[in-house]
Amino acid sequence: MDNPERKRIVRRMKNTSDILIVGGGLNGPALALALAQTGFTVTVIDALPQTALQDEDFDGRGYALALASQRLLQQVGVWQHVGEDNAQPMLEIKVTDGHAGQGPSPFFMHFDHAEIEEGPMGYMVEDRYLRRALINALENEPNITMINQRTVVAQNVDVSGVTLTLDGGDTLRGQLLIGSDGRKSGTAQRAGIKRSGWDYGQTALVCAIEHEKPHQGIAHQFFMPPGPLAILPLPGSRSSIVWSESTATAQAIHALDNDGYIEALRPRFGDFLGDMKLAGKRFTYPLNLTIANAFIDERMALVGDAAHGMHPIAGQGLNAGLRDVGALAQVLTEASRRGEDFASLLVLQRYQQWRRFDVATLAAATDVFNRLFSNNNPVLRFGRDIGMGVVGSLPGLRRSFVREAAGLTGDLPNLLVGKAI
Amino acid sequence: MQAPQSTVDPSEIAKFEAMAAEWWDPNGKFKPLHMLNPCRLDYITQQISGEFDRDLTSRNPFSGLRVLDIGCGGGLLSEPMARLGATVVGADAAEGNLPVARIHAEQSGLEIDYRHTTAEAMAEAGEQFDVVLNMEVVEHVSDPLAYLTATQQLLRPGGLEICSTINRNAKSFAMAIVGAEIVMRWLPRGTHEWSKFITPDELCDLLSKAGLTPVDRKGFLFNPITWGWSISARDLSVNYVTASTKPK
Repeated sequence: MDNPERKRIVRRMKNTSDILIVGGGLNGPALALALAQTGFTVTVIDALPQTALQDEDFDGRGYALALASQRLLQQVGVWQHVGEDNAQPMLEIKVTDGHAGQGPSPFFMHFDHAEIEEGPMGYMVEDRYLRRALINALENEPNITMINQRTVVAQNVDVSGVTLTLDGGDTLRGQLLIGSDGRKSGTAQRAGIKRSGWDYGQTALVCAIEHEKPHQGIAHQFFMPPGPLAILPLPGSRSSIVWSESTATAQAIHALDNDGYIEALRPRFGDFLGDMKLAGKRFTYPLNLTIANAFIDERMALVGDAAHGMHPIAGQGLNAGLRDVGALAQVLTEASRRGEDFASLLVLQRYQQWRRFDVATLAAATDVFNRLFSNNNPVLRFGRDIGMGVVGSLPGLRRSFVREAAGLTGDLPNLLVGKAI
Repeated sequence: MQAPQSTVDPSEIAKFEAMAAEWWDPNGKFKPLHMLNPCRLDYITQQISGEFDRDLTSRNPFSGLRVLDIGCGGGLLSEPMARLGATVVGADAAEGNLPVARIHAEQSGLEIDYRHTTAEAMAEAGEQFDVVLNMEVVEHVSDPLAYLTATQQLLRPGGLEICSTINRNAKSFAMAIVGAEIVMRWLPRGTHEWSKFITPDELCDLLSKAGLTPVDRKGFLFNPITWGWSISARDLSVNYVTASTKPK
């Protein structure tokens, strides 16, 4: 332990910030804001230029933010920058078992926010508005330094901190490293953390549509044999579509021109929204589940997709990421306030313990849900319809589904119930 | 170096010296202490911030406070106090603990004055502190009243002493000795002598006799379901902690 060479190195290096966050997407900046608020200094490193992250045009992507996530964003000073007109409250959710080409079956579950007192179940926000709000909030925070257009080429952990080497050779030093760098997390790879998961053989087609009839703040989830289809209400007469098909079918549909694409989409949920047309770009996302075998290591923690990339069946990816953000910010802040070494494994274990059970449960439930619904087996289909009828007719059970959808269940971090840490 | 004249039982010192190297391994022999530590720190930081009107959400809230950690071991309490801005002296009668504590403090970038000494020796030298942390020591000394009197002398008038120990009853025997030492093997056998355990009333009586004013007492409760510790206002049946002030 008593190595003079090592001591010399340790003494020479000065911290850039208390905490270094790799990945400037959504979870990284949200975490930086939560940590800066409680007094940590934070540096966020991202490979992309900030301008690429705040595209002015609507690109068709949106997020279904559960109420709990919206509360976190409010607490860390982001929600105020979204703008009321840019957030569509989700007032109801209708879940239907559908037949491709025939539209939805008559059996469905209906969840109404009126069954809980907290408010709407969540909000739909376009990607561009959420990113712009995050950037605005970051600019107002003196404790945060943004480093764009740089990539991390090496990370070294020693007894007193972490050193990151960027392309170009310069280094950053902090006490704790956080990887919020997505499902292919380089931070996790460099730490030697392996991942588990599988491919669903499905691809999500994502787009936004403009439609003739108002959506009335209702989100729809159709369970179709090839995969689920979600219609999520955006401000105005627009909706965000997340539509899963077998990868081969999805590729064929994606190759169609815009008219052909809409013609393929239309019969899948019928005409209850009237005439429709595309209102932005089209995206495809292959669906796979990838969970890091550990969420922490010496002086390192993973959040969001870097820890758990999930099937986006219920739009739970970002919501799960923000739960990580809330939990990690709280664990680190509480540790720091009682004088503990907040980057020690002892402290980080509390974060991992808090999040792993929740993530495993959600991943398993999402997986089972998808397998149960993504098929044409008549027995399962009959069972599904009966099950939906039962859930739909029992107020207590229905209410607990509404609370689940709003993200109000489980052991919630302070920020997700709208409280400061 | 000759250990100073003190009330520390020499056979107790030898036991801890053997364990010193393991202090900072969170999964090692001191795992139970690492598990209890957040709870102890919550109590200590709340009492200090209350007594000296400090804001725990600010940086270095304890700056300007001189804190003594008696029986500092590897520095599990000294380091957090230093991190919160206090000027810390860590004292241990077991010489072997000190190099471990010093090495670790240096790695953590903290300046802590670790000394191989006893409360009695420091009191005799006229040292003065705002806060004395006297955690899990009193059950190991041969003359508790003489020891507590020395800790009182180390405080400035208006100073604060936090003292924790283990209750003496059938449950504490089952938990601390049968449970922690024999069944779970969390602690080496013979770490504790049950007959030296002190009840909360006895401790408050001793603290008063030593010239302190007990102002608070709480229990540290182990929850076998969540496998963690919490502070309890009512249940002082096994581990408990007291806060006392020295009259101005």
